Amino acid sequence: MAVLPKPRGPLSEALISALLRGGDARPVEVGPGDAEDAALSLWILYELSYRGYDGIDDRLEFDPELVRVRRTLEDDLEQRLRERWPGCPAYEPEQGFAAAFFAMIEADDGPSLARFVQRKASVEQAVELLKHRSLYHLKESDPVALTLPRLPAAPRAALAELQYDEYGGGRPERLHAHLFAEGMAAMGLDATEGGYVDEAPLEVLEQNNAMSLFGLNRRLRGASVGHLAAFEATSSLPCRKMAQGLERLGLPPEIQAYYLEHVEADAVHEQVAVRMICEPLIAAEPDTEDDIWLGAWSCLDLEARIARRLLEQWGAA
Amino acid sequence: MSADSTTPDVILCPGGPMLLRGDHVVADDEGVEHRTDRPLSAVCRCGKSATKPWCDGTHKVIPEKLRP
Repeated sequence: MAVLPKPRGPLSEALISALLRGGDARPVEVGPGDAEDAALSLWILYELSYRGYDGIDDRLEFDPELVRVRRTLEDDLEQRLRERWPGCPAYEPEQGFAAAFFAMIEADDGPSLARFVQRKASVEQAVELLKHRSLYHLKESDPVALTLPRLPAAPRAALAELQYDEYGGGRPERLHAHLFAEGMAAMGLDATEGGYVDEAPLEVLEQNNAMSLFGLNRRLRGASVGHLAAFEATSSLPCRKMAQGLERLGLPPEIQAYYLEHVEADAVHEQVAVRMICEPLIAAEPDTEDDIWLGAWSCLDLEARIARRLLEQWGAA
Repeated sequence: MSADSTTPDVILCPGGPMLLRGDHVVADDEGVEHRTDRPLSAVCRCGKSATKPWCDGTHKVIPEKLRP
């Protein structure tokens, strides 16, 4: 279960009050004060669809007034993601989707936080990054799990196989979110879900919200698996760099182990996501292809925004 | 591939690893045996992985003509 964050403006304040009050939510008559207030507000509402909040009525997940507010906020987020997106890359049919996909990943020259951690980051900077990452890693793979029942047979089977690995292959102690929690605990950090949301900048909230947006809306199933494929395809090598950086800084083996697990796991998952999930989804439902590219591109772009923000803040841009 | 066809358990990924479904023991190029420990495993085919016999994504950073 997550903990409720501190408000960052009139809308997040009104939503937190509504959750604490319980019962049917009264009409929310304020809008977001700024982009951060909007992003935090959406994060607060999305969290009701994962493991909720201690002491908050679970029925509020589908409270009509809160769903109305969520819908407004997520429409804004989706529109923003679509406006940023340059569109599908042109590729020849004979090249095939998988080759075009890996070519797009290879061409991505966004700034790399993993490279910075590998070579230069201080302990304080690495800790700050891990706190920001905890927002997602403590519910790793959960957003795309919501997409599972919305897929046709072949990609559904492949996503289930990928997630069986993400969720520990039947062993809770190997669940990826649990490995991250163990790493946090070994560092003396709080492993409560959303425990560091108050420190999360806009870009981190937006990255998390985009995954929930894609996962919770069936019509965006293409974007959800496209995001997954890009995430996995940009994971193995950066995770090795992260592990090397954490070792260089003398941080606990448990947090290194989380990243080392992803070097091998995601070398499998990237192939599964691209060739056995996205490609068969396009074959079965060709209309999903545009959104697959949207999800993939958004994954790279949202990560680049976080990297630019943190590297600038650290004077390393 | 259609959903009702027989799904292969060994899949060669162009330019990348060999995927292996199920429980196997893989002998590396020095004869050391490694047991798979996930539902699907990726076996290195480019020879450059730092976690051989498993793939670690290194094929993506070597020149295209050296990829499997």
